[in-house]
Amino acid sequence: MVWSESVPRFWRERARKYRLVGGRCRKCNSIVYPHRSVCPHCGAENMEPIELPRRGKVVTFSVVRHPPRGFEGKEPFLVAVIELENGARVLSQLVDVHPEDVKEGMEVVAVFRRYREQAPNGIIEYGIKFRPLK
Amino acid sequence: MKRVYILGAGATKVGEHWDKSLRELAVEALLSAIKDAGIDKREVEALYVGNMMSGELQGQEHLGSLIATWSGMAGIPAFKVEAACASGGAAVHQAFLAVASGAYDCVAVVGVEKMTDALPSDVTAALLTAEDQEYTVFVGATFVALNAMVYRYYLSKYGVKQEHVAQFAVHCHRMAVANPYAQFRREVKLEDVMSSPLIADPIRLLECAPTGDGAAALVLCDEEYLKRNPRDELVEIAASAAATDIFSVHERKDLSTVASFRRAAECALKRAKVEPERIDVLEAHDAFTILGVLTLEELGFAPRGEGWRLVVEGQLAPGGKIPTNTMGGLKARGHPVGATGVYQVFDLFTQLTERAGSNQVDNAEIGFAGNFGGVAGTTVVHLLKRVR
Ligand SMILES: [Zn+2]
Repeated sequence: MVWSESVPRFWRERARKYRLVGGRCRKCNSIVYPHRSVCPHCGAENMEPIELPRRGKVVTFSVVRHPPRGFEGKEPFLVAVIELENGARVLSQLVDVHPEDVKEGMEVVAVFRRYREQAPNGIIEYGIKFRPLK
Repeated sequence: MKRVYILGAGATKVGEHWDKSLRELAVEALLSAIKDAGIDKREVEALYVGNMMSGELQGQEHLGSLIATWSGMAGIPAFKVEAACASGGAAVHQAFLAVASGAYDCVAVVGVEKMTDALPSDVTAALLTAEDQEYTVFVGATFVALNAMVYRYYLSKYGVKQEHVAQFAVHCHRMAVANPYAQFRREVKLEDVMSSPLIADPIRLLECAPTGDGAAALVLCDEEYLKRNPRDELVEIAASAAATDIFSVHERKDLSTVASFRRAAECALKRAKVEPERIDVLEAHDAFTILGVLTLEELGFAPRGEGWRLVVEGQLAPGGKIPTNTMGGLKARGHPVGATGVYQVFDLFTQLTERAGSNQVDNAEIGFAGNFGGVAGTTVVHLLKRVR
């Protein structure tokens, strides 16, 4: 699909995707990922970008057995909601662990990994995934 | 605001319509609703088309003019309304507002989706356009996986057994047997559901609404128009309400509740001055079994974590505490995505006009439908009242 093969579209997200840049609301103190200009919780327009902590816990997870486009052949793989040490929540992949060994509450740490390729000979999209801390 | 009535309703069977195109399905349902209304189609002043994926699956947008033209109604204002899986409900909402505001006396709404033209992988990608492409689709999460995470969270939080929630699918299949419009008119056993393949853990294949084609349509009008074109067995849309929630599931404060549904439902119940206990027939958006159970809990029919009891005790069947998805719901009537919200109202209309055959709920006066878009990033609800 045309929209999935845009270099600038990925490039402009690079700080948020490579360095886990979230936003902290100066009004209600919510911390969200990714960073944006307006707080989704209180509507305040004074979010500040912050690098999020690398450690967190698994809140909930699933095993994708029918992969979406761009992830063919990678199944089964794990996706999870991770709550970071400062309370921010991130949707990400869990790696270096078998699905049957994942538990809610499990401690995880961020790692830099490959996500997908934009068509043959296109750019490779990288980002943050999480692996068990121990 | 003016009162809004359902003057007519029509639908195609939900299923694999290999011989029918998106536009043919829409035209069939629309003309059947106009025929049911007993009016000339030239009387219809505006058309709202509920659809989610025609751009992705057919490469076709601009459905308003297309469907109006193929129905012989070119000339009138006509628009596509999109809100992911709540597109149908959103289209009914727009049609309702158009009449309630006094802008038009008589309008039509048709919800349509044609899913079998595309490969399953294309349907998966098209459904995912409802989610955040940059931060959800990017990590490989599918629509089923997102709902699966809500499901797992719920099961753990309340210590509920999956087979108790999965029973919702068994109920829906049982109801669909007598519905001539349903995609799957056959029963399934709980063992079949629990042994069907995992799609995204813990969700199994038979806990998911199927892929299918279909179209459903309604003709809505105000009171003066109704006086000129009276019909027996009259149903009023006593309230139409919609709400949004924070877009992505992981950004919400609570994963186990459906805030947009609660908000829209409270608004509709208040406007119609109806207590939830007075609902006689409920249409739940059971794209996955867990959503059916959450719907029951949000309306207060069961405490949190205990909605499954109503399912297991058989309280969702006609004669039970809260007859739900009495025509099969998304699971067995079918879920042609952008048409579903209109099918829900069509099914309630069927009950309130006593056309439900062996699934008829006795003395059904009030019907309520909740239509979720995405993982309920949008909800549209409709409250219908039989007028005697
Ligand atoms: Zn805030």
